[in-house]
Amino acid sequence: MATPNNLVYERPEAFTDMPTHYCPGCTHGVAHRLVAEVLEEMDLIHKTIGVAPVGCSVFAYNYFDTDFVEAPHGRAPAMATGVKRVLPDRVVFTYQGDGDLASIGMGEIVHAAARGENITVIFINNANFGMTGGQMAPTTLPGMKTTSSASGRDVETQGYPIKVSEMISTLDGVGYCVRRSLHDPKNIRLAKKAIRTAFETQVRGLGFSMVELLSTCPTNWGMTPVDSLKFVDEHMIPAYPLGDYKISDAIKQIKI
Amino acid sequence: MPKELWKGNEAIAEAAVRAGLEAYFGYPITPQTEILEYLSRRMPELGRAFVQAESELGAINMVYGAACTGVRVMSTSSSPGVSLMMEGLSYIAGTEIPAVLVNVMRGGPGLGNIAPAQSDYNQAVRGGGHGDYPRIVLAPASIQEAIDLMGLSFDLAEKYRMIAMMILDGSVGQMMEPAEMPEMMEVKRKDFDWATNGAMNRERRLLTSIYLNPLDEEKTNLRMLKRWKEVQTNEVRYKEYFLDDAKYVVIGFGTAGRVALSAVREARAQGIKVGLLRPITVSPFPYEALEQLIPQAEAFLVTEMNMGQMLDDVLLTVRGRVPVEFYGRPGGVVPFHNEILDEIQRLVSGPLAVQTDPRESWLTRMTA
Repeated sequence: MATPNNLVYERPEAFTDMPTHYCPGCTHGVAHRLVAEVLEEMDLIHKTIGVAPVGCSVFAYNYFDTDFVEAPHGRAPAMATGVKRVLPDRVVFTYQGDGDLASIGMGEIVHAAARGENITVIFINNANFGMTGGQMAPTTLPGMKTTSSASGRDVETQGYPIKVSEMISTLDGVGYCVRRSLHDPKNIRLAKKAIRTAFETQVRGLGFSMVELLSTCPTNWGMTPVDSLKFVDEHMIPAYPLGDYKISDAIKQIKI
Repeated sequence: MPKELWKGNEAIAEAAVRAGLEAYFGYPITPQTEILEYLSRRMPELGRAFVQAESELGAINMVYGAACTGVRVMSTSSSPGVSLMMEGLSYIAGTEIPAVLVNVMRGGPGLGNIAPAQSDYNQAVRGGGHGDYPRIVLAPASIQEAIDLMGLSFDLAEKYRMIAMMILDGSVGQMMEPAEMPEMMEVKRKDFDWATNGAMNRERRLLTSIYLNPLDEEKTNLRMLKRWKEVQTNEVRYKEYFLDDAKYVVIGFGTAGRVALSAVREARAQGIKVGLLRPITVSPFPYEALEQLIPQAEAFLVTEMNMGQMLDDVLLTVRGRVPVEFYGRPGGVVPFHNEILDEIQRLVSGPLAVQTDPRESWLTRMTA
């Protein structure tokens, strides 16, 4: 097919031709695209190894046109450590949901960050376990209904949400740790800039980088895609404030 | 190279370095911690990767990641730590990539103790992790043998894209013996056509253990079994002692086999026609070597530092044709040679039952 003269939008080169399996309205596709655009812009496609998690994005490896490995549930930061330590000149990133990163994989993420592993973590926070059908995650909001907290998360018996970016940012090995949201175009642009900065952090060897992305899960939340975006704005952001939780001085100097 | 006095755990570490180990990930646990400590010094001085992981879960998944790039990588642990690694081992097996793991076994189950044991035989040989997968398991009985098998473990793991595990009990890890190290091997990264190393100018690669279509997973299982048949044909290793005219055959691996050898020598001095079969590869198990002993054997004695695990492999081979007796010391107890000598003498004086579970009569004797 000939390329039209007025082409302003196309699939990033870092994507394969495979259509994603994500539900309509899910922001995984947006997050994938932002990562793909950044890899393309930074000319990293042919030196990147991605680490896929267990969860909805288990098939992330089908969509990125880079080398990929598929980690056991929660272990992506450990696997990424193994890859990066023997291939320090390659770019290594994990892409993990909140069940994977904040529940079963809490040990691996905290210690990878504490060691200052020079890897980039894309952390999707949609407040539930998506792939298994919408169970309560560590990030589920108080009172939020899930299939394993049918009357709403009761903090007395089911505990409180974990604020991952706040916690990770306390570790000295972390160079870059921010929270962004994917609920509207402005925030998507800010999210892309953050992802770019995270990969720049890695390329310059400035330590562990993580971007937390507030995301939607219309299917399991039982909402339309539009209502899901509103839910992020009205309920997720107050619980998980957007912001720069840690940007080291060296990273502040980076001009993109 | 001249012989030097080596501690088992440190010898294993240095042998791995000399076999081209490029990355080590581990976690402290007695009685293998000296491997971690030794490599924490040795690897950085050679510019190679070393990470003390946050847990055995972390360690095995770092191994998994590094193994995906095609470098020589290993972890070491002891029984409870190896249990934690079983998840990762299953994934590594399912991804069909080479990795090496050493288990310096201790008494169990649970926290158990830190004394030498062989009670992880079944975990190592039969699987331990979930799913259908074969794995190579080597069992050295001396420090020299551990050194020699260390290099072999990497070769076999790479050749068959499979886990090679070395199981030794805590006494081999902790004792000191004169041993000869191999020359330092030059580290050369092999250009495996499966490695996910992010290299330019080729199609992207994917390494995963997921096969969502059951027919694809079945095909993978069968491919692994086919490769395992090659391992069974080519890689069985064992040692025979005094077996030419033996009417009684002792079978034991690792330290139990080594103690049994002393007992066999003493029995020979008393004129008893007894020999020893010591499997070195416990997986693949030397079924054929054992089969060939059946016509000449009046009885077998299996001796292990557990409740009878390799015993099942012997029973599977012998299938009631000759009496099989068992003598085990589980829980972290190492048998003395005179205990095994007593058992050999019991074998000779008979009578021996063919049809009963040898564990039953052993348990009766142990608890009498």
